[in-house]
Amino acid sequence: MSRNWTSSRASRMMMLTLSIVLLPLAAAALTGLAGRGLGRRLTHAVTITAVGVSWVLSLFLVLRVLHGARLDRVLYTWMVSGGVRFPIGFLIDPLSALMISVVTFVSFAVHIYSIGYMKDDPGEIRFFSYISLFTFAMLLLVTANNFLQLFIGWEGVGLVSYLLIGFWFEKPSASAAALKAFLVNRIGDCGFVLGIALLLRETGSLDYSVLFARAPDLVGRMVDLGFGLRLPALDLIGILLFVGAMAKSAQIPLHVWLPDSMEGPTPISALIHAATMVTAGIFMVARLSPFYVEARGALSLILIVGALTALFMGLLGIVATDIKRVIAYSTLSQLGYMAAALGASAFAAGIFHLVTHAFFKALLFLAAGSVILGMHHEQDMRKMGGLRRHMPITYVTFLIGSLALVAFPGFSGYFSKDALIEAVGHSTIPGAGLAYPLLVLSVFVTALYTFRMFFMVFHGEERMDAHTREHLHESPWVVTLPLILLAIPSFGAGWVLFHPLLGGGYWDGVLANAAGNHALAPFRQETAWSFFLSAFGSPTFYLMLAGIGVAAYGYLLKPAWPAAVADRLGSAYRILLAGYGFDRAYLWLGTTVAPFLGRLLWRRGDEQAIDGLAVNGTANALGRLGSWVRRLQTGLLYQYAFTLVAALVVLVFWALIRTSGGV
Amino acid sequence: MVHGPWLSLLIWLPILGGVCLLLPGWRSAIFRRTFALAISLVALALSLWVWFHFQDGTSAMQFVERVPWIPLLHANYHLGVDGISLPFLVLTTFSTVLVILAGWRIIDYRQAGYFAAFLIMEGFMNGVFSALDGLLFYFFWEAMLIPMFLIIGIWGGPRRIYASFKFFLYTFLGSVLLLVALIYLGQRVGSYDLLAFQRAPLGLGVQIWIFIAFLVAFAVKVPMWPVHTWLPDAHVEAPTGGSVILAAIMLKMGAYGFLRLSLPIAPDASRYFAGLMVALSLIAILYIGFVALVQTDMKKLIAYSSIVHMGFVTLGFFAMYFMIGALTTESARMGVQGGVFQMISHGLVSAALFLSVGVLYDRLHSREIGTYGGVARSMPVFGALFVFFAMANVGLPGTSGFVGEFQVILSTWQASPWWSLGAALNLILGAGFTLWLMKRVVFGPVRSEAVARLPALDWRERLVLFSLALPVLVFGLWPAPILNVMRASVAHLVRQALTSKIG
Repeated sequence: MSRNWTSSRASRMMMLTLSIVLLPLAAAALTGLAGRGLGRRLTHAVTITAVGVSWVLSLFLVLRVLHGARLDRVLYTWMVSGGVRFPIGFLIDPLSALMISVVTFVSFAVHIYSIGYMKDDPGEIRFFSYISLFTFAMLLLVTANNFLQLFIGWEGVGLVSYLLIGFWFEKPSASAAALKAFLVNRIGDCGFVLGIALLLRETGSLDYSVLFARAPDLVGRMVDLGFGLRLPALDLIGILLFVGAMAKSAQIPLHVWLPDSMEGPTPISALIHAATMVTAGIFMVARLSPFYVEARGALSLILIVGALTALFMGLLGIVATDIKRVIAYSTLSQLGYMAAALGASAFAAGIFHLVTHAFFKALLFLAAGSVILGMHHEQDMRKMGGLRRHMPITYVTFLIGSLALVAFPGFSGYFSKDALIEAVGHSTIPGAGLAYPLLVLSVFVTALYTFRMFFMVFHGEERMDAHTREHLHESPWVVTLPLILLAIPSFGAGWVLFHPLLGGGYWDGVLANAAGNHALAPFRQETAWSFFLSAFGSPTFYLMLAGIGVAAYGYLLKPAWPAAVADRLGSAYRILLAGYGFDRAYLWLGTTVAPFLGRLLWRRGDEQAIDGLAVNGTANALGRLGSWVRRLQTGLLYQYAFTLVAALVVLVFWALIRTSGGV
Repeated sequence: MVHGPWLSLLIWLPILGGVCLLLPGWRSAIFRRTFALAISLVALALSLWVWFHFQDGTSAMQFVERVPWIPLLHANYHLGVDGISLPFLVLTTFSTVLVILAGWRIIDYRQAGYFAAFLIMEGFMNGVFSALDGLLFYFFWEAMLIPMFLIIGIWGGPRRIYASFKFFLYTFLGSVLLLVALIYLGQRVGSYDLLAFQRAPLGLGVQIWIFIAFLVAFAVKVPMWPVHTWLPDAHVEAPTGGSVILAAIMLKMGAYGFLRLSLPIAPDASRYFAGLMVALSLIAILYIGFVALVQTDMKKLIAYSSIVHMGFVTLGFFAMYFMIGALTTESARMGVQGGVFQMISHGLVSAALFLSVGVLYDRLHSREIGTYGGVARSMPVFGALFVFFAMANVGLPGTSGFVGEFQVILSTWQASPWWSLGAALNLILGAGFTLWLMKRVVFGPVRSEAVARLPALDWRERLVLFSLALPVLVFGLWPAPILNVMRASVAHLVRQALTSKIG
């Protein structure tokens, strides 16, 4: 009796999950296949309703999860191969429920915003279909209960990202950026797939529940790679999977695609390239936390890579002049923070920052989009200034986003980022000693580039041309409403989530902790209020103020100063402008080395060595035959050729029968 | 078990239909092509009938027919299918329908002959996949070359004579040794029964010679590096339909030969040469990947891409000999399944890509990448489909192209992590050459006035491309049905391939 009851409750939960995941897919399919018949308005209605309902349902799901409900169920068997069953199935627990609600909420806001932003674009219907499809793929990724489905979602979001970066495909820069994003992500996938292969070999399954149960057995097991190379299995798996995460979550040196992805429409930058898809790598590592805590070598690597990304990508934000690029570099830097938290085995802090970042970064991008709309698609901050007078709602919401980003006490980003930095400071994972100062230094950098942007755009003299200035006005409500929607959690999410997420009450053991590592221990007893008060005694607070102060000095008080500093820095400034030369290196590999190799193998290998030398004799005979046949073309080649071949076959069989007949 | 001449019908009905088409006395072209389409549809229905009456879970041959053929030689007219050959029968009949639809208006020169050639070829190809007698197999194997030779030679491009003879001689010379080996086996076993060949004990020395003879024939067909150079020429000169059948079905013959003949008949020699086979497979994947990158002719690019994908197939087959440890048998099965699935998926995807190129070629009469650019502007539906098939070619999860590659990469790790890495590098290279093609053809600024005025897909083209997109998507989301059909036969094959015949 009771079994029936629980199973029917599980069925209802499965139906709920399926509805959340499949509604956006249905909307994407409908508008993608029949969008032109539906028209603009119905397309908006269909996609927004679907995602909106998904969001509301996700809140029910979170409530159920808070009451202790869990789901781990297979929908169907994708394949059975090599003695292993590869299912499609769903896992609902505190982590996936949180991700679902964040994804659907941001997606919902972006859907509404896009009505205003994509108005008058001939590809509008296609756009809505794509973002609904993206929402589906992202939900598939976060709800998976196994690695195969995670990978399907992983590549699905990659595909839609490719399509949307290249949305304005007639622009050569857009289609180039799309190709670049896909290829760099494929480098990551190469490692990811190998990680999956090793995982399967070592544990015999790709189901999370089985993996986690078997992870302790792998401790101490070595993988023989040949050439005398023997590595711990857990670390190797962890590193290979993280290579995939490095591409998706844009960690050095696989970060190069993300700044270029700004070629896509701005709502996409908010949804895909800030709030959701790029955090997939962070999510994946956290999802696997019971596994990663046993792989300390991999954690150290993640920690260092994350900290380097946080600082060095932040520095690039200081010299960028395109408003979207500044925010993109800031995203890179914040992703570095999240990765560092994961590496410090403070998974909860990483996910906490992922959530708050999703809100305030989506807000910043959408607000930047509002600015770009007002500026008639001008993105260069050097041609902006003084916008606060013309766009008050955009101004206020942008300020809220900026304060959250620089971790101003009280704003959501403060709770997650300062907790994260402190956790890294307390971590005993090797490398934490190096990562900690990098992260602290980045606080200054973050404040500097954020408020440099803020002052350049909204304060100071109005540097746009007269025509643009005349038409400057606040964006329509479909644009500003999502800004307000997102501003609320950008401020408040920290207060609400701090204690449940970092106190550990919410997770219920879903996120593991490395043995002997107490990175999150200081937060057990803290409340949001006590943590807020502690801000003013912390050095990061004064570093942040210093960053804002420097920005104010250079971009409000002494506008000539930044150029003078840039001059003084000389080559260091040029290195930053060139993004440390990563792009050039990839470009050289992709457009010089690879084609050179291809031509070498083709002309010298295929044509000269194989066709020219090896097939030479045959080729000559062939030529003679060919010219002989060409003379027959005056007659009916068709019949001659048929006779010829038929005769050959008959001859062969005749010979065959003769030789065997004698036996 | 179902009895009845179903396989014979699948072979001879299209051949008979093709011959009828060549007879004089047809009132008009429309009758002829309707007749051709009807025959191909009946064959498709027949093959589906066979599919649905096939019993999973056994490796035994089904739908067996056996009557004496050349009593003097103990050669029988012996047909049957198992889980490995069955999918290829359906793939053959399906592709033929599409080719006939695709040639409906495009072929204006000797259209009846064109359709007849495809129908006759369909019959012969079905024969290859269902023959269980060595001589019968060889008969179909050679016979199918004739229609293809004519298709390239008559309906091909400007250098068609050169290409058709290169194709014919390459593959014909390759298969002469096949015949010698089959005759030797026939003499030794006392019949030409392929299943008896598989059971016959053979010493390593003999196996090695037999394997080499088979290898020459099959490697040319696959094609494996370095005997692949006929393929780009053949594809470039062949009409669209010819390319479709060449890529979808004919390239599978070589790999099928490895499964039906090389591995079970000469397992010890297969183990002996496995290192060579793996090396050639990895060369195909990596070397050809780079060559594909620099092609300027769309058809050549897709032809080279086919060679890369067939490299996965042979890698999946032969890596099993290097697997060690407890999971060897299971991993070996996964590798072979992956290879077979890759063959099926490549059949669908490469057919779709060649048809897509055909769509463009029919409009602007150029296969040069440089002619195009911004096609998605004037042909949005076509652009979406072309990109979809490109993604399948890249092995995106959710399309059929992912499954086989995934299985091969997963299973190969059991043999060597480095080979897995080599295969996985195709994730990057394959995406490189395929999506760079998309960037230059489908995306980008509209190249010319002609491209801007490209007419949209007509309903027939849509029908053809959508009916390929459907299975590519369905089998990507749910590959289980195909894998279930082949499971028992693959398990049987792996057992044969890993069991020594010496002594």
